[in-house]
This record gives sequence, C-alpha cells and structure tokens, in this order.
Amino acid sequence: MTDAELLAGLPPFDQLSAEHLAAVASTAASVSFPAGKILFSEGEPAFGCWLIRSGQVALGSQMPGRGQVVVQTLGAGDMLGWSWLVPPHCWHFTAIAVTGVTAIEFDTTRLRALAETDPALGYPLALKLFEVVVARLQNTRSRLLDLYGNPRER
Amino acid sequence: MTFPAAVLSMAGLDELISTLAGDGYRVVGPTLRDQAIVLAELTSAGDLPAGWAVQTGPGTYRLKRRADSAVFCHSAGPQSWKQFLHPPDRKLWSADRDGFHPADDRQQPPFAFLGVRACDLAAIDTLAGVLGAGAWPDRSFRGRYRGLFVVAAGCTEPGGVCFCASMGTGPRPGPGYDLALTEQIDQAGHRFVVEAGTEAGAQVIARISHRAAGEAELIAARAAVDAAAAAMGRQMPAVDLAGLLAASRDSVSWEQVAERCLTCGNCTMVCPTCFCTTTRDSSGETGEHAERWQHWASCFELDFSYLHGGSVRSSGESRYRQWITHKLGTWHDQFGRSGCVGCGRCIAWCPVGIDITEEIATLVALREEGAGEAAGD
Amino acid sequence: MNADPMLPARYLVADTRRETHDSVSLRIVPAGEPLPAFRPGQFTMLYRQGVGEIAISVSGDPSAADGSLTQTIRDVGAVSRALCRCEPGDIVGVRGPFGTGWDLESAAGHDLVVVAGGVGLAPLRPVVLGALARRAEFGRVVVITGARNPREFLFREQLAGWADDPRLEVTLTIDQPAAHWHGQVGFVTEPLARQETEPARTIAFLCGPEPMMRFSAEALMARQIPAASIRLSLERNMKCGVGLCGHCQLGPLLICRDGPIVDYETAQPLLAVREL
Repeated sequence: MTDAELLAGLPPFDQLSAEHLAAVASTAASVSFPAGKILFSEGEPAFGCWLIRSGQVALGSQMPGRGQVVVQTLGAGDMLGWSWLVPPHCWHFTAIAVTGVTAIEFDTTRLRALAETDPALGYPLALKLFEVVVARLQNTRSRLLDLYGNPRER
Repeated sequence: MTFPAAVLSMAGLDELISTLAGDGYRVVGPTLRDQAIVLAELTSAGDLPAGWAVQTGPGTYRLKRRADSAVFCHSAGPQSWKQFLHPPDRKLWSADRDGFHPADDRQQPPFAFLGVRACDLAAIDTLAGVLGAGAWPDRSFRGRYRGLFVVAAGCTEPGGVCFCASMGTGPRPGPGYDLALTEQIDQAGHRFVVEAGTEAGAQVIARISHRAAGEAELIAARAAVDAAAAAMGRQMPAVDLAGLLAASRDSVSWEQVAERCLTCGNCTMVCPTCFCTTTRDSSGETGEHAERWQHWASCFELDFSYLHGGSVRSSGESRYRQWITHKLGTWHDQFGRSGCVGCGRCIAWCPVGIDITEEIATLVALREEGAGEAAGD
Repeated sequence: MNADPMLPARYLVADTRRETHDSVSLRIVPAGEPLPAFRPGQFTMLYRQGVGEIAISVSGDPSAADGSLTQTIRDVGAVSRALCRCEPGDIVGVRGPFGTGWDLESAAGHDLVVVAGGVGLAPLRPVVLGALARRAEFGRVVVITGARNPREFLFREQLAGWADDPRLEVTLTIDQPAAHWHGQVGFVTEPLARQETEPARTIAFLCGPEPMMRFSAEALMARQIPAASIRLSLERNMKCGVGLCGHCQLGPLLICRDGPIVDYETAQPLLAVREL
C-alpha cells in the first residue's frame, strides 16, 4: 500500500482529493518508536506531526516534586503535534511513547510549504486539522466539568 | 343493563342518606363551612348546602344566596373526593425489632359519595387509572375505591371557571356511578330524577320512598344537564394538547407565566387528580421504633425534583411547565388519558388567577405565530 | 413476592467493603423472606432505620445463589451517609426489584461497549459479569471506565483483573493528571472514539453523570451507532419506586417505572431540554 492509499482511509485525510492526497503523502513516512522514547520536549522548536497508528503517547509537563505529569494520553487515530503550525513554533508539552508506537510522520516544513502554495489543499487541510483540535478541546472541557466529583464537595 | 328511572323528593334524598349510612357507608357530600362548600360526612339531607350557589373566576370563589333551596347547584369547591380516596397524610408502615408492619387502613367502612359532578366522577376514574391500576397498584387506594358507592349529580349550573364540556368529561356524568341524580325545582316542586348505573344502585332505590319517573321527566332532566355544556365559563382550546405541549418545551410563555406564578402549589392541592406524594421517616428517641408516613406533595416544591447536589427543576418556569405538561400532555404517555377533567379548581384557587385554558391558548397563539413566521421566511 | 411494594423487607448487612474515600459496597442477605430476583440494571429502595430511603442500583452479580444483594453507595447525603456507615450485623430495609434492566439477553450476538463514569460503574458491573458468565454469546466486550483520579475507581482489584483478562478490552482513564498513573489520561469519549466499532453489531451501555452519557452517546452516534442501540441508566428523584408518587418524571417517562434503563432514541430529546 502506498502512503497515499494509506492516508486515503484515515481521518483527517479521508476527504482529500487524490491529487492532494498524493501531495500530502509525499511529506509522510511510516515510523515507529519504542516505549519510553521522547518524541519531543517542551520548549524545543516544533517540527513534525504524527498520525498515531498504534500504541500510546503521553503528553505531559515536568512539575517540581511531581515529576512528569501526564495531561493527556493519545492513541490510535489521534493526531499528535500542532505547535509547528502556530507561533512561536515551540513545543508546549513533552510527548513520550508510553508503549511501542507506530505512526505516520509528516515533514511539516514541506507540508506547510505545500499548503501555502496551494490554498485549494491548504484550506481543506487546515479545516480538517481544526476539526481534530476542536474535538480535543471539547474533550478537555468535559474534564473541566469535574463530572465525577462528589456533590457534597461542590 | 338499564334500570327504570325514579323520582325522589327531598325526604327521599334524606332517606337515601340514612339508608346508605344504615348499610355501613360513611356518606360524604357537600356542606357549608368557613364560607365555602366543602365535603364532609353527612348525617342527613339537612347538612347539604340548601340555597347556596357559588361564584367562581380566576382567583375567586364566593358563596352566593340562591332564590331557591337547591342543594347541588354549586360548582366545584376547594376540596375534591381525592382527599377521601387518597388521603393527604397517611401512615405507610411502622418498624420495630420484629420488622416492618403495614399500617392497617383497610378496615375502615366504605365511602358513599353523594353529589359527585361529572368532572369529579371522571377525576375519580382518573385517580383509579393512576393509583389503582398498573403493575404496582396502591393497595390502600384500591381498598377504599373498591367499596365505593357513588351518587352522581348532574350539573345544571356550571361555574365561571368550568370547562368540563371541552375536556369531554361532562356535564352529563359518565359511567362509574351507582346512582345519578338531577335536581329539579319548578312548580311541580323540589325533586331529584334518579337513574341507576348499577344493580347496587337500583336496589338502594327500591328500598327508599320514590315514584317512577315519567319519560318526559327523564328527558327534561337530561336536557337540563346537557344544556349546561353551553353555560361553561371557560373552554379548553380544541387542539392536540399533548402534541402542543411536547412542541412547546422551549416556549417563551413559560417565562411569562413564571412572572405571575408564586409556585405555591395550590393548583396541585385542589386538583382532583394531582396524585403526587412524598414520604417522611421518623423514629423514636431510642431508634427502635420507626414510622413512614406518606403525604401529598406538589411538583411546585423546590425539592420535588431533588437529586443529590440540587434540584432538577429549580426555576419557576420549569415547574409550571412540568405541571401543565404533565396534566394535559405526558399523562397520556404515562396513563393513557388526560390528567385534566375541566373542573376549574386550579383557576379559582390560584392566588394570582393563572388560568390553565388561557395558558394553553397562549401556547397555541405562539405556535401559530411561529408557524406564520416560518411560512413568511 | 413481597405483597406490598411499599413495605421494606428486612436484610442483614453481611459484609461491607470500602471502595473509595466516599463509596462503600454492602453485601446484604435476607433476614426473612427474600425479595424476588433482580435483573442487572434494576434498583432497590434501600432504607436505614429512622433516617430514610434512597434508590440504589444493584452492583453485584444478581444471580448470587444465596439471595444476597451487593449494592454500592456513595456518601452524598444524609441517607447515603448512614448507609455507608453500616456495619456487619446491621439491619436495613429493602424494597424492589424496581425498574427496567439492561436486558443483556437481547444483546446476544453483538459487540458490547460498556462506558462507565465514576460511580456509574456500579450498575454496569453486573453487565460485565453477565457477559463474562456467558462470554461465547457476545462478540467483543469493550469496557471503558473513567474516574476523577486513580483513587476514585470503584472495584479497583476487579478492574485490574479485568484489564488482564483476554476476554475483555478494558480502558481506564482519568480526568485529573495524577502521579504514578500508568493508565490513560483523558475523558471517556477519547478512548471511545478510538474504538473500531461496527455500527450494526454494537450495543452500548452507558452509566455516569448525565453530561458524560450525552457526550458518550454523541461520540457513538458519530461512529454511526444508532441511538436505539445505546442504552443509558438515568437518574431522577425516586421515592416510591413503583410509579405512584410522581417524583421521578422526565417528560413522558416515570424513570422508576419506564427506566432507569432507557435507550438514547427515547432519552436524547428529553435530556436536551433544560430543567425538564
């Protein structure tokens, strides 16, 4: 299976045209990481994003006295990495493979260049990524509701 | 089976009361107390509110003198038969070291209700459909309902808040009575045309002084009751009420009615079909003896919908919406009929005069407006 | 059968087990005539002498041969607190069984997706136990359970066992980041969205706070699972348990009688209305 064929079956790319898929696929490569591998670290310049195919990645932050605190776990089907897209282009959290992970890695420098030169690709791609970010935000908001708290403590 | 109609004099009515009492019934009917016509145990026809009528309107209930001495020509008062069949407060059980003991309220003598108007006869049937039917009937209610003897009274002078004709429950009493009286006063005197609905009713008539009713007399009595349909002070809009209310859950009208509604719950207390109850548990000082009592509750109470942490229906608008929607709409889903019989009590006894028929008319108008706007787009 | 549904039956507290800082499981056995058998998803009205009575779902294997009932109670008010403080040998009053069940039988031949939030796992445990007891009747059995933090999962030892059981696909996820936690961090809808579900052969069972069930049901519907295949356990103020007192209404439903288990096709339009 080519990278383009693979991407065609995966949200957020499943709605792109064949031509655009091929363009996106040209920036993609299949990768794998062992458990414990740090994919990126808080504060570093942000390059790359990943569509996780299997395994789990923990996003977290270092806290004095508490060590690495995980704020979110990502798994199969999730997109990892936004910071390359927005200033200041630095990673906000640290990503660590919790288990062995397989993913499709995108060369975001090339992906951004493609999107900028061809808005007909850039716009739908940005919309699709936005959809994923919104879902992530809604899930995070659900947690903010603290739904499982005891009403006595409210 | 039909039974021949009869005519009772006032003395015959008195005999009816004493005969029923002699048969072991507690005879309950209308009587005058505290400037209202209330329901209480009667010892004779002399206890009936002879010569009194009532004037009703939104937030209004006033006694007024009549020119004649009619005893059943007054529309619904502050009480209903609910208080006898479904008492406001009753013990469910007591508990001690040996276990739980049901309260024994089934040994009481049965009731004979005298002067039940069509709306209230429908209300008794409605209550029976809620409390006396289903997989888990209320045994205590069933005990009282089963032994009931009903003497209906055809309503010839409906009040200002009455709308039973538009609810399909009156003015002619529907099935469910043992005897149905129609009070008539004219040159021929003060008398009651009686029709029996059951064998038990016919047998009671056979034992008291009466004469056979002439065909013309019976037709005239029925016509007098049927004519009352045109004299109702109010009318429920003839629409699909359940559908209207289900489609109006987000209506702006709830906010408007909540500005007036005091959430006092009077409407639910006077309603002859509002059946909701709650319980209170108590225990003696040593904790060995405990009791549970059941008492009427109202969906207007804040803690009616309490769930750990807070009440589901905290706003006045949601509580009014619940009441009217249940009464006229979701009652159909739950019990296969309407919960409203058109007696008008909720209108008369609302301290701010909120009118259930007017609130429905408002919802109808808002729907039509909305449909008009949608069509205009 | 207990002739009068309003009259509690006497049960003896046989065991108590602290589940979390605010939740306790009681195993109770009949002190006299036992109540009729419970189906998973049904509830009791549980009474503590002199304090009062509340609705509690059955959280144990309802087919226990000794007629015992296991119920898990969270201390959220006066009655639940008194029940949480019960000790072996105490007497409680029990009425039931009331309400609709999960109807696991009708899910035979399907993949099961169980989504529980917080103490919502209690009424769902019998579903998982039932599925394990008749494992061959079902396809995949997916269990996703969320809690505020690792200390607030009910049945922690059993969950650990389930996580290692090859017959189940179990995900534990927490809302609040916590040290020394090796499970997932995220709302239950996140692992739920990662499931490769087959819409036509999936039946979902949800229990937890109402927004959690709504969000989970919507996540399932986004995966083309029909609303009629999503079952929820709803909660309203239950008093009598038998549809006579009117307290537990949710629009056309009397939750004690028509619920607590309701499908999402029925529940969706009702849960969408404010203060219904």
